[in-house]
Amino acid sequence: MAAVDTDTPRDAATAQESIFRRNLHSFAANRLALGSAIVVLLFILMAVFAPLVAPHDPAETDLFRRLQPPAWMPGGEWSYLLGCDALGRDILSRIIYGARISIFIGAAVVLVATTIGIIAGLAAGYLRGWVDTVISRVVDILLGFPYLIFAIGLMAMMGPGLINIILALVYKEWVIPCRVVRGETLATRELEYVEAARALGAPGRHIMLREILPNILSPVIVVSTIRMAHVIILEASLSFLGLGVQPPTASWGAMVADGRAFILQAWWVSTFPGVAILLLVLAINVASQGLRDAFDPRFHE
Amino acid sequence: MNMQNDDTLLQVQGLRTVFETRAGTVCAVDGVDVAVRRGECLGVVGESGSGKSVTFGSVMGLVRRPGRIDAGRILFEGRDLRALTPRQMRAIRGRDIAMTMQDALTALNPALTVGEQLAEVLEAHDEELPRGRAARRRAIRDRAVEMLGLVGIPSPGTRLRQYPHEFSGGMRQRIMIAIALASKPKLLIADEPTTALDVTIQAQVLELISDIRAELGMSVVLITHDLGVVAEHCDRVMVMYAGQVVEQGPTAEVIGQPKHPYTKGLLGSIPRLALRGEKIHPIEGQVPELIDLPAQCRFYSRCRERGVECLQSIAMQDAGPGRQARCIRLNPETVS
Amino acid sequence: MSLARLIERLLQLVPVLLGVSVIVFVMITLTPGDPVEIMIGDQVVTPELEAAMRHDLGLDRPVHERFFVFLGNAVQGDFGESFYHRRPVIDVIAERLPATIELSLVALLIALATAIPLGVLAAIKRNSVLDRLATVGSLLGVSLPGFWFGILLLMLFAVHLQLLPVSGRIGFSSEIEPITHFLLIDTLLRGRPDAFLDALSHIVLPAITLGLPMTAILMRVTRTSMLEVMRQDYVTFAEAKGLARHRVLFRHALKNALIPTVSVAAIETGSLLGGNMIVETVFGWPGLGRLVVESIFVRNYPLVQAAVLFYAVTYVMLNFVADILYTVLNPRVKL
Repeated sequence: MAAVDTDTPRDAATAQESIFRRNLHSFAANRLALGSAIVVLLFILMAVFAPLVAPHDPAETDLFRRLQPPAWMPGGEWSYLLGCDALGRDILSRIIYGARISIFIGAAVVLVATTIGIIAGLAAGYLRGWVDTVISRVVDILLGFPYLIFAIGLMAMMGPGLINIILALVYKEWVIPCRVVRGETLATRELEYVEAARALGAPGRHIMLREILPNILSPVIVVSTIRMAHVIILEASLSFLGLGVQPPTASWGAMVADGRAFILQAWWVSTFPGVAILLLVLAINVASQGLRDAFDPRFHE
Repeated sequence: MNMQNDDTLLQVQGLRTVFETRAGTVCAVDGVDVAVRRGECLGVVGESGSGKSVTFGSVMGLVRRPGRIDAGRILFEGRDLRALTPRQMRAIRGRDIAMTMQDALTALNPALTVGEQLAEVLEAHDEELPRGRAARRRAIRDRAVEMLGLVGIPSPGTRLRQYPHEFSGGMRQRIMIAIALASKPKLLIADEPTTALDVTIQAQVLELISDIRAELGMSVVLITHDLGVVAEHCDRVMVMYAGQVVEQGPTAEVIGQPKHPYTKGLLGSIPRLALRGEKIHPIEGQVPELIDLPAQCRFYSRCRERGVECLQSIAMQDAGPGRQARCIRLNPETVS
Repeated sequence: MSLARLIERLLQLVPVLLGVSVIVFVMITLTPGDPVEIMIGDQVVTPELEAAMRHDLGLDRPVHERFFVFLGNAVQGDFGESFYHRRPVIDVIAERLPATIELSLVALLIALATAIPLGVLAAIKRNSVLDRLATVGSLLGVSLPGFWFGILLLMLFAVHLQLLPVSGRIGFSSEIEPITHFLLIDTLLRGRPDAFLDALSHIVLPAITLGLPMTAILMRVTRTSMLEVMRQDYVTFAEAKGLARHRVLFRHALKNALIPTVSVAAIETGSLLGGNMIVETVFGWPGLGRLVVESIFVRNYPLVQAAVLFYAVTYVMLNFVADILYTVLNPRVKL
């Protein structure tokens, strides 16, 4: 093995960095993954600049435009490209604003959960002992709940609302990065350069954050991108059941639910928000698979 | 090199096996000629990556994508195996030519009992089995018990129902040999049969192969790292390097008086008498990448005797009766 | 596997199950809204009566005592009264359970029956058109939001083509006296093939919707493990024996390749539980999942509590079964 690379912690860090850069290149070489990453980026831009992009106010109702069909169908208008919902609101504008909810919740949940997961996982994997026992027990117990049911139970308890959705999902989500980090930490803590740092008397916090964390970051990044897709579907599912963000705030899941009553006469009300979810989630999944192939050598075939 | 006569069981001519990789075409076996006579034991030595396993994998028709046989003839009892249909080839595999692999732990299926794995070879190849279902099953069982007994497994009747992980390493190796020999093949290709074993068990397993060879009159190709094994068990030896045969001849002569610098390197600088358990010593430097090789002696970069004349493609040179080596210096006339 | 080892494994579940019940208890205890007030509703009651109700429900005791009472009752299947149905919670759940189990089993069956052959074929014909299609399909399968996919199916097959019913479990004309409460079985037992077909037509779309993500996951697992197994020495050795190709593939490769598939299937069966809530809501399926969702909105908390606990216990048990299956199928792993 390339023992030269890991002689000192500094060398290890630079080696890590160059591997990171090479992985980034190999990711960029994967056209499908790169294209998907661009789609994700476009969704993010759309969400951020929603007021500039959206043709209409997403909350503006217009009873004369109730269930107006998409532009290309008879009765449609080009200024209301994807048609209108039961209250005459512009579906496209609501989809654009809905991206804010999906992406914000997805990003917030994954970010908070990954941070908690990293801290808990590092502590469990590096400190071992009772810390590990306690954290692993909690993880086991949380894994005992089906995800959606756990979230539904929490939402029932806490009531609807943006912060509550994030909390309800984070309570279980952190378990996933935590397990990854714990496993990687267990494997990494025995490596030479970590032992060298320990022998030199570096404090535990330093070893965990400076020596171990940079080395296990790749799998954590890969896992969190994949999780982002899951969280977006979960949020949409909660909203669909009426346990998510409350109206009139536009959210994709709730829009699909709204259209359910009109599947006989107005297919577009449910269909388009679902297409948005599918596109975003699919793009994240493809991009994260590309990331995984590029960053995690274990998945190379 | 015309050895095609009744005595020859297997004759490989100009075999070329390549693997398509992203980096280019890797020529793992490049123009290999081999002959195996009836009843003889041929030793094949070389470092890992020298092409010895791929050569005999090609003979078995077991080269998988991205690998393929690019050129050459593989004559078994005069029939060209490359011209056979997959079905005809399957009839030869396991019946006429059998193989054992390096590690029996991975070669035996963990999810099937030893008995099942033995029975299926008989099922596939034994034409003498009775027709009736019950009689057939009994005959297969009897043969399986007999085979396990032959390789020295105690109480074979009960052991048939056990899974591979329930046996010791040496026992597993014996079971693999029993499976390979179940249909009394004419040629056994033993790929590193002792590498995975303890020294004490190594000797037993080799002894077993030798005994059965004598008993069945079959030929054996012994692929190995261990020169001691070759010295003790093989009639002839073939040394491979970087996809080519670099030296071949009767064992005693090749070991006693190696002609090729690579063989000399393998044997160490001083010829030894006691080779027992001798592993191949690493020679300084590395085997060249087998992609886009320049037209020169493949051993050039590591050779102690190299000269300018080595910077051309080197053919096999005669080196005494029944001996050949791929070194230009053996034949000074061709040195320009 | 020895019985002692099995019992040891079962005992290891106890702390997990205990933890799960603590969480469910805490969830409900922290739920805003006083159950007594919910029960009283708009009626006018005396403070004495209210205190008596509080006492009956044990709400006047300290929290830790209430937990043990809850746990003791739960073990006996007593989850209190469903305010909404005015019947014991356990009865209401038991009534809805067969529909949910039937739907889940059919979904599981569909998933296994499509995922395994497709995964194996994709692995054997690696990099073929079929393999690529399977890969794209499995990506789509995990990316499709179930509730939306269900609605699309409804719009296509029920509304547009009018081939299948929009909602429910069986048509009015096909209602039969229940025996096992699994309609696909009961209709046959009663000798009503027409009713069987009716029940079948009702279950097809929800089962496909529910089984889709699982199909995608299982297909990917099967493909990957089949590819992995086909690289193993024992497959080469089996080929070296001169066995027929189907024998090498099915007896030597598939038997080992299915080990991860089966244990993932058991774990994923647990995730069907969550999917049930969505699918039952979309298709108006009269099962436990829809009952829970409805109960949340009418603040029927004892039922939600019992259902969440039930789901969690089932989930833990399914994971346990997955574990056991893995060891049973894999003779190498010694427990």
